[in-house]
Amino acid sequence: MISKIYTELIKNGIFKENTIFKLALSLCPSIAVTNSLRNGFLMGVAVLFVQVTVNITISLIRNYINPAIRLPVFMLIISGWVTIADLSMAAFAPEAYKQMGLYIQLIVAFASILARAEMFASKNNVLPSLFDGLGMGLGFLFALSIISFFRETLGNGSVLGLKLINTKPLLIMILPAGGFFAVGLLMGIYNWINTRFNKL
Amino acid sequence: MNSEFSRLFELILSASLINNFVFTRFLGLCIFFGVSRRMETAVGMSITFTSVMIISSGISWFIFNHILIPLNITFLKIIVFIGVVAGFVQASDTIMRKITPELYHKLGIYLALISTNCIILAVPLINASEKYNLFESLSFALGSGLGFALALIIMASIREKLELSDIPKPFKGLPIAFIITGLIALAFSGFTGLIKL
Repeated sequence: MISKIYTELIKNGIFKENTIFKLALSLCPSIAVTNSLRNGFLMGVAVLFVQVTVNITISLIRNYINPAIRLPVFMLIISGWVTIADLSMAAFAPEAYKQMGLYIQLIVAFASILARAEMFASKNNVLPSLFDGLGMGLGFLFALSIISFFRETLGNGSVLGLKLINTKPLLIMILPAGGFFAVGLLMGIYNWINTRFNKL
Repeated sequence: MNSEFSRLFELILSASLINNFVFTRFLGLCIFFGVSRRMETAVGMSITFTSVMIISSGISWFIFNHILIPLNITFLKIIVFIGVVAGFVQASDTIMRKITPELYHKLGIYLALISTNCIILAVPLINASEKYNLFESLSFALGSGLGFALALIIMASIREKLELSDIPKPFKGLPIAFIITGLIALAFSGFTGLIKL
């Protein structure tokens, strides 16, 4: 019974309220760092980490926060965890950090993390908040991985740096403009699948 | 002196056209897609956004160079900058409600969203990492604001027409907007290499 609620929460984050495809929030990194699968995946992991830790922290201290100043408090908690993610990334994955450091720091400004903190973690216990964070973070990770997989295979003919296709790649997909095309197309496909399923 | 000015001008040009935040750095997309539906809101948003950007990056520069660096706590820059931006946005929110209630009615939601806009945080962060001086920081902020305004206005004028056109159903709304942004980004990549900084 209880575990059912938790799986429901995770499913909600991955499919029903997918941050990128459905809510269209936090779009910046979905294009900026998705030119290779490795970068997209790392970014997804960083967001997952911040989302979960923020949700836990806020649900732990939710009864002590004065509602009038809750937004600044949430911002402070988020930026604290982002700083931790940022510094540990710089220490453990310096090479990837060079390319995407700015975007890691900008996780602070993610509407989706603040929205979950406000809508869910500040009203619920620690465990549901943990699973809600997991669901939302995994949904984000999932979306980023799909986009970057799509772009890397088409634009570079490779997956995780391994060459797969030997023909001339579609260079435009790893250029900035290609990111917009990829997200637009995938969003359209997502909508199409959704309407199909609802009809059935 | 002359070269000083030309450098500032180059910074503005590069921030607004060559490294346009929306089209080549992909920042501020939520707001970009949110308010580009109507021309009027796009213009209002651009004006508020540019002014908030310039002032908040000025404040951030002072705090970074005169408080954070002397105290050797630059690792706190994310927390401090977001605080500055959020506080300043709150202030401009109050001021706008008093002075232009009409515009506030339209942009109120998005003004609150400015504090979760990546660009407004990215500019002070880039200023700090590139070690720009005060005037360079201000012109970088101005250029970014102008670039964002340009992007918003181009997009708004396209999307107003788009509503009348016949688009495949799954692509209605955001997906087609993304594809159009991709086309504009392609055009903007023509500016690459205009200036070597």
